[in-house]
Amino acid sequence: MKKTYLLNMGPAHPAMHGVIRLILELDGERVVGADAEIGYLHRAFEKQAESGVWNNVIPYTDRLNYVSPLINNVGYCLAVEKLCGIETPMRCQYLRVIACEISRITDHLTCVGANAMELGAFTVFLYLMKAREGLYFCVDKLTGARVTASYARVGGVKADLPAGFQEQLREAFRTVRECVRDSEALLTKNRIFVDRVQGIGILDKETALAYGVTGPVLRSAGVPYDVRRSQPYLVYDRLDFEVPVGTAGDNYDRYLVRLAEIEQSMRIVEQCFEQMPQGSVELNKGQLIEAGLLADLGKRGKTGHIWDARADTDPVIEGSGRTSKPDIAADRPEVVLPSKEETYGSIEGLMRHFELVMWGRGITPPPGEAYFAVEGGNGELGFHVVSDGKDMPYRVRVRPPCFFNMAVLHKMLVGYTVADIVATFGSINMIAGELDR
Amino acid sequence: MDTKALLAELYDVVGLGVSALSGSGFDAFITVEQNSARKALEFLHRKGFNVLADLTCVDYLRYGFDERPLPPSHPHRLRRWPSPPKPPRRFKLVYRLLELDPAEGLARGRLAVHVWATGKEAGPPSVMDLWPNADWLEREVWDMFGIRFSGRPDIKRILLYEEFVGHPLRKDYPIDKRQPLIGPKEGAARTVVSDEPLRPDPS
Amino acid sequence: MLPVSNFPNDVGSIRPNLRRSEDLDGVISTRLDSAVGWARKYSIFQYPFVTACCGMEYMSTACAHYDMDRFGAGFPRFSPRQADVLMVVGTISHKIAPVLRRIYDQMASPKWVVAFGACASTGGFYDNYATVQGIDTILPVDLYIPGCPPRPEAVLQGLMMLQKKIQEQGR
Repeated sequence: MKKTYLLNMGPAHPAMHGVIRLILELDGERVVGADAEIGYLHRAFEKQAESGVWNNVIPYTDRLNYVSPLINNVGYCLAVEKLCGIETPMRCQYLRVIACEISRITDHLTCVGANAMELGAFTVFLYLMKAREGLYFCVDKLTGARVTASYARVGGVKADLPAGFQEQLREAFRTVRECVRDSEALLTKNRIFVDRVQGIGILDKETALAYGVTGPVLRSAGVPYDVRRSQPYLVYDRLDFEVPVGTAGDNYDRYLVRLAEIEQSMRIVEQCFEQMPQGSVELNKGQLIEAGLLADLGKRGKTGHIWDARADTDPVIEGSGRTSKPDIAADRPEVVLPSKEETYGSIEGLMRHFELVMWGRGITPPPGEAYFAVEGGNGELGFHVVSDGKDMPYRVRVRPPCFFNMAVLHKMLVGYTVADIVATFGSINMIAGELDR
Repeated sequence: MDTKALLAELYDVVGLGVSALSGSGFDAFITVEQNSARKALEFLHRKGFNVLADLTCVDYLRYGFDERPLPPSHPHRLRRWPSPPKPPRRFKLVYRLLELDPAEGLARGRLAVHVWATGKEAGPPSVMDLWPNADWLEREVWDMFGIRFSGRPDIKRILLYEEFVGHPLRKDYPIDKRQPLIGPKEGAARTVVSDEPLRPDPS
Repeated sequence: MLPVSNFPNDVGSIRPNLRRSEDLDGVISTRLDSAVGWARKYSIFQYPFVTACCGMEYMSTACAHYDMDRFGAGFPRFSPRQADVLMVVGTISHKIAPVLRRIYDQMASPKWVVAFGACASTGGFYDNYATVQGIDTILPVDLYIPGCPPRPEAVLQGLMMLQKKIQEQGR
């Protein structure tokens, strides 16, 4: 009689990133049964969301899928906007698309890099992190933070593009293309790499659909399902991009699909810059006052001569530039904070500001519920928000794409050897923040 | 997919258990009694809803109530909307179905099935055999809300640990009620921490 | 003669006040202590206990752009037996707290603990039933790096402060 034995892998395992525990049933070196134990990063996102006001959820969404935080921001804001019935201006939508696609690139770079590193190709990891660093620099310029950006707001985005952003991003994309090309040269035909990923961790189409798998993992199995294509949101219906599809559904195809998507995302961003409407220009700009002085004058009530003044601030600081560029947020005073010039320059602006930030006030979507799905880095990222007409969300539910990918992990592990676990696990890009919430 | 026609067929199959169709297009949802939930979901699975996109639960215990104490100086809270109608029961399960065309990769239809759980703990029968990913989703609903699905093996916690008592996403579970496995009780910070801690300044 | 002192990292005990190497008696011991400290601080073998978002910045810091290797800390060891700095990178939930404690116990002395980021330091803005309110409730911490997540520059500053501490600690 053949005997199997159990092996516990994780939650802190040398060869795996992320905290997850695999309970493996082994017959010699072959895996005959696998079970994943998750929840090691359960941070009560959904409970925490219920305990604050609607805007307070946005920073928590950053930390769901922390490899592509901007997509989470945008997804949550779109869900709340659907509940409130808000349509954002065109320029704002393009800005959101740009932000999302940058995040998607960082997600795929990190996944491919970490996967390659775990298979021994450390150089590739360094190359791809170098590429990611350039993108983080741009995200930093745009949002003020490298990783946890909190860029989107209900009804708009935080700030317009800073000066010279397009050139910086173009430079970053050049680095990304260079690094991806180098990495492809090192991996795609590398015998050591290909032997470890090709034909390993196969997930067929039917199983993937039955388990609700979406994103690159589903696409590598041959189903070209992409929320951006299937239910276009924002301006994705105006953009020309391809949905890369694999055939075999193995680790190698997942790797190739991710690399192809990096290129498509860069194409999308480049088209956005071509199509994006320019921000409207205000002719009568008023006097330019240094921001701190403007605030001081406003606080002392000396607003008589500054009502049409503009604050001279860094464009990434929230609120600045709103009056001169009204195209980045919807004209809905009940959800969108007024610009700092208005807040400090007029009593109406000040009242609008307080109406939104005071205890018990703020955004109050009508009672009801809404579900909005966006294409996250790992697949369909859905936000289900329930409101009872108050300033706090009644319930925020995330449909984390990772959860479904991990639920099917055992199908990809059984039948292969212990050494293949690392390759398979790396290729599905488990992000604990979104898996456990 | 024509949801209206689908609903008419569903009435024939399930009978009076289906109470309403609301919303339109991909936001359509039907409300189904718990007794007929299994039948309705089986029917929808047969009708081509091949993906269970999500399964979640909402606890309506405090829906429409002011549970947050206001500071004494505060005049009153803004009431822009009339109070929503009182929900019929406490827990509502939301099955989010998706009809996905594998060749085209396009979503042909989306339908949410809302099921009000009748008992305090008992939920509808499991749909693990229809969509295998319901296994983890049902475990999560059990873990977070304490709704037990019938007719399925070994329901156990998925995100929390076995020693945890209670179901945290219920509205009557206080957010700061901690049940640490190690360390001080209630998880509070210890008064004596490490000596000479180093804290870099942000400048 | 070399003074006998407690190893400061006894498991579960509160650590005695550290002594600066200058306070110790004798020329030889001072010289030896500083030599040992010098050797230790430039050969940090870290165990990155990466759980969450801070891992992204940890990766950035460790990679070529910011290059932790310049400080002698370039080689992450994924085995607690071979590591002497435990970097707790990210939120620690109550479910994983016993695992973290076990890893700390498995490390050989002398060992140091870095709380990387707001969540590891204090629980961050996750003040709820699931999250440990700072890892100093379960193990002694030598260095707190604030930030959510800390920028790589802050991590490098923290690393240099840790090196200073290791140097001054003696044996």
